[in-house]
Amino acid sequence: MFSVMPDSAVRIRDLRKTFGSVEAVAGVDLDIGDGEFFSMLGPSGSGKTTVLRMIAGFERPTSGTIELGGRDVTSLAPFDRDVNTVFQDYALFPHLDVLRNVEYGLKVRGVPRAERRERARAALRSVRLDGLDGRRPAELSGGQRQRVALARALVNEPKVLLLDEPLGALDLKLREEMQVELKSIQRRAGITFVFVTHDQEEALTLSDRVAVLDRGRIEQVGTPAEVYERPATAFVAGFVGTSNRIGAVRVRPEKIHVGIEPDAGSGGESGGPAEDGPGRDGRAEGGAGTGDRHAFGTVAEVVYAGPATRFVIDLESGDRVVALQQNLRTSSMDVTRHRGARVRIGWHAEHEFSVPETGAGTAPAS
Amino acid sequence: MTLSPAARIALRAVMALGLAVIYVPLLVVLVNSVNADRAFGWPPSGVTGRWWSRALDNEGARTAVLSSLKAGLGATAIALLLGTMAAFAVARYRFFGREAVSLAVVLPIALPGIVTGIALSNAFQVVLKPLGIGLGLFTVIVGHATFCVVTIFNNVLARLRRTGTRLEEASADLGADPFRTFWHVTLPGLRSALLAGGLLSFALSFDEIIVTTFTAGPGARTLPIWIFDNLFRPNQAPVVNVVAAALIVLSVVPVYLAQRLSSGGRSML
Ligand SMILES: Nc1ncnc2c1ncn2[C@@H]1O[C@H](COP(=O)(O)OP(=O)(O)OP(=O)(O)O)[C@@H](O)[C@H]1O
Ligand SMILES: [Mg+2]
Repeated sequence: MFSVMPDSAVRIRDLRKTFGSVEAVAGVDLDIGDGEFFSMLGPSGSGKTTVLRMIAGFERPTSGTIELGGRDVTSLAPFDRDVNTVFQDYALFPHLDVLRNVEYGLKVRGVPRAERRERARAALRSVRLDGLDGRRPAELSGGQRQRVALARALVNEPKVLLLDEPLGALDLKLREEMQVELKSIQRRAGITFVFVTHDQEEALTLSDRVAVLDRGRIEQVGTPAEVYERPATAFVAGFVGTSNRIGAVRVRPEKIHVGIEPDAGSGGESGGPAEDGPGRDGRAEGGAGTGDRHAFGTVAEVVYAGPATRFVIDLESGDRVVALQQNLRTSSMDVTRHRGARVRIGWHAEHEFSVPETGAGTAPAS
Repeated sequence: MTLSPAARIALRAVMALGLAVIYVPLLVVLVNSVNADRAFGWPPSGVTGRWWSRALDNEGARTAVLSSLKAGLGATAIALLLGTMAAFAVARYRFFGREAVSLAVVLPIALPGIVTGIALSNAFQVVLKPLGIGLGLFTVIVGHATFCVVTIFNNVLARLRRTGTRLEEASADLGADPFRTFWHVTLPGLRSALLAGGLLSFALSFDEIIVTTFTAGPGARTLPIWIFDNLFRPNQAPVVNVVAAALIVLSVVPVYLAQRLSSGGRSML
């Protein structure tokens, strides 16, 4: 399944870790290329952190091997491995100021004072954090701490940088900002990133490749497009984005076009505001039920979500599907009155996909 | 819960009475140390520095203070070393009998001093006598260390449990070997816990009298023992009073510091 890459930055073979009776990691194989932005995506408890901690050396595998740049490091201590970690809670040293935090790795490795000052300042500049050298971590905002943690790791110029949900503690706005920045830092520095997240959107946006984990196993490894468009298992289909089951096939919400049947629109009329508005032509956006496949149903729920509207539709066949329509012309006024409306949905056969149905693991939308 | 005005007044009165019982005698000692009346007549007939200068000139009191300082510092040094190591073992490693070790370290502070005293005295007679080591300052230090270890152990253990291993992992991740990690990260994190524990340990040792009585040879009279010996000699009463007054003032400082350090945590240092 995996090809042997000569330039693997990280190579993991049959990695296992059990805590008492809990099998946290149950046989993981991975090849992460040099300079790759690689994400591990999975629900809580799927073993992401444990894999990362074994790569860093904090946790000793129950069995299996870990190689970094072709060298077997399975039994090496963390301080003998050429990796650095950005911890979820940053783990900055509270008794040291920003500059000394960033210098720390260089200092313990015996880099002369003048050189490490210079490199630490450069690292701080690269994460756009100048002028706070003398502050203690307690005197920084969450976003600033995040940057210090990043600079503290980057200054050592590791081959591989491990990041355990580094943006998890930031609010949405800052998070999106840092995503862009992380990506550009990674490109500039050419460092291999192993990035842990349970946010599928984050993983899809940032990564060159994504590994989807569940219950200590890798369900699928692939590019974001592969994972999203051709999920290998029912679990991946459900965890990465929403997948609608329509009969024997599955279709993504944004691939379904919703057309409101004009004659039945009155069903939801009473619930919505009475005033008239533009775009009230009795049809939702996005092609009005076009496509070479069709089904009929009623709108169980409509949610206006800014740029898009989410429809939850009960099909006559008994399947419940979610459809996402861009709000190109629609305004929030139009949305609620579709509740209870009869709709015809359409999609294209080329957007259908199927996964082996194992019965288990059909997680609903995240 | 809200209290009726009457209950509130009653509670305040009880509290005031309680505090008075504790602190009025202390105040009396302080006042009497400068009381011009030799028989400590009340109210004081005037203020004098005579007792203080007599106390300072008193050879016995001076050596006793010195012995007590040595005993306190010695016991605290041993306690810092052993208490920290024991706390690390219990907090960071899993081993057979961990709970038992934890209990064994804490127990001496709960044991009656008289039990510890007899036990140590016997042990010293049996073990040290044949080696030619008699009772003296050394045995006092060892005796005090048995219960001083607890203060360090408890403080350090609490700190280690609270901080976890995240910072040490970060340090190792950045390339520091265990020794450097301990020196640059762990120890600075423990600084205030060690200081608070050390101050308490010193205070415990400084006024200990029971264990000291059993473990001190004739050559090692600590301050509490000296005071006890001189307490009922009318001639020495004013000097004893001065020593007691000095002790009150001196012991407030470390207790106050220890309290601030353990509540204020690391922000103080
Ligand atoms: N030190 C430990 N002792 C016992 N069990 C552990 C330990 N560390 C992890 N586990 C267990 O191993 C499993 C995987 O944990 P892990 O932290 O790797 O999950 P995760 O994918 O990082 O989850 P999250 O997204 O919540 O961080 C969980 O069931 C967890 O309870
Ligand atoms: Mg985790």
